[in-house]
Amino acid sequence: MANEMDNKVEFELVAPEKILLAEPVEMVVVPGEDGDFGVLAGHSHLISNIRPGVIHIFADAEVQTRIFVAGGFAEVTPERCVVLAEDAIAVEDIDVSAVESEIGDLNDDLQDATDDDARIVVEAKLKIAHAKVQASELQLYQ
Amino acid sequence: MASLKELRSRIDSVKSTQRITSAMKMVAGAKLAKAQERAEAGRPYADSMERMLRAVAAGASGSAPALLAGNGADETHLLVLITSDRGLCGGFNGAIARWARQRINTLTQSGKQVKLLIVGRKGLGLLGRDYRSMIVDTLEDISKPVPTFDAAASIGTRIAEMFAAGEFDVCALVYNKFQSALTQVVTPAQLVPFAAVDEDKDAPDDESNGADVSYDFEPDEAEILDQLLPRNLSVQMYRALLESFASEQGARMTAMDSATRNAGDMIDRLSLIYNRSRQAEITKELIEIISGAEAL
Repeated sequence: MANEMDNKVEFELVAPEKILLAEPVEMVVVPGEDGDFGVLAGHSHLISNIRPGVIHIFADAEVQTRIFVAGGFAEVTPERCVVLAEDAIAVEDIDVSAVESEIGDLNDDLQDATDDDARIVVEAKLKIAHAKVQASELQLYQ
Repeated sequence: MASLKELRSRIDSVKSTQRITSAMKMVAGAKLAKAQERAEAGRPYADSMERMLRAVAAGASGSAPALLAGNGADETHLLVLITSDRGLCGGFNGAIARWARQRINTLTQSGKQVKLLIVGRKGLGLLGRDYRSMIVDTLEDISKPVPTFDAAASIGTRIAEMFAAGEFDVCALVYNKFQSALTQVVTPAQLVPFAAVDEDKDAPDDESNGADVSYDFEPDEAEILDQLLPRNLSVQMYRALLESFASEQGARMTAMDSATRNAGDMIDRLSLIYNRSRQAEITKELIEIISGAEAL
């Protein structure tokens, strides 16, 4: 068991266009749809949806990198953790004022939306934008 | 025989054509390198998604979503054809059109209905006249300047919506797969119902052989499939657009290379004729002068 604790898990963050990040990490916390889950080496096989939220990468038991993802899927095996991400952005790169003005625009859109389909699309975008703001304001796992 | 002036202007016009084709060749070559890079960079995402989808599909029990299992019918076939917006790329679009014609014939002969969704202006040009009534829509300038995932996702969403609305039962995608700058292979891929591509089945070094290990699912299979399947349509679409874009550049590069070479041959031939006629003219004039002098 101690041996396993020393091991690292191969973390891959993949966008449709390219691999954003591929490195062995100590632990990574992924925002699953039913709540955050941490992945260490030797994790059981798991496939999960991802909600808009922050991926935390840990080194020396401290958060080393924060990456915001708007959604996607995660595949976890004992050796690897592959995250297929949509719109990944480093948390420190989030431009809060830009996102807030986007939220304003989206709220206007929501008022203008006439049918349910359009409303669902705008609401999904709003949820992502709110999660983005929250991600940059709320620094978890300090 | 054409006059010297005519020959000269013909040589000039062939030369300027050659300048254009050789410039196009170089542009296509530069784009090809980038397109190939993009196609390769996009592979890990598509591969991972397919592996996940296979794992979830194997785990899904009972009521699989229609995108996965099909809706039970096999009446209306939607063919998504990926062609280019611009010509001068050899047999690139012709190959897709030929495949489509054959497929349409086989399907209609066995009593199926066919619908066409064409990506690229050239596909419409080739098939528009004969199959006007089958064409649902033509999407232009999708890969301009380069294929993006957003563009692919909009097509993917559209296909998912059409399927949900019952507009077709089976959907196949056809595109030119990039093999090398010289060869492109017309490749059909079934989108709906989802069919796992078995091409790497015999790769033993694949550490997680998908279906063999049992995964946990969060929240559960059905919900993951609900999100994964429409997403997969977009990913397949994106992959096809990238491959097709790289193929297009390769085909154009090859076509323009041989056009440049043909123009070179033609210039050589015309120059030879030009020089000969010029020499003949000079000789003729000399003879006239000499015989004139002798007559005195």
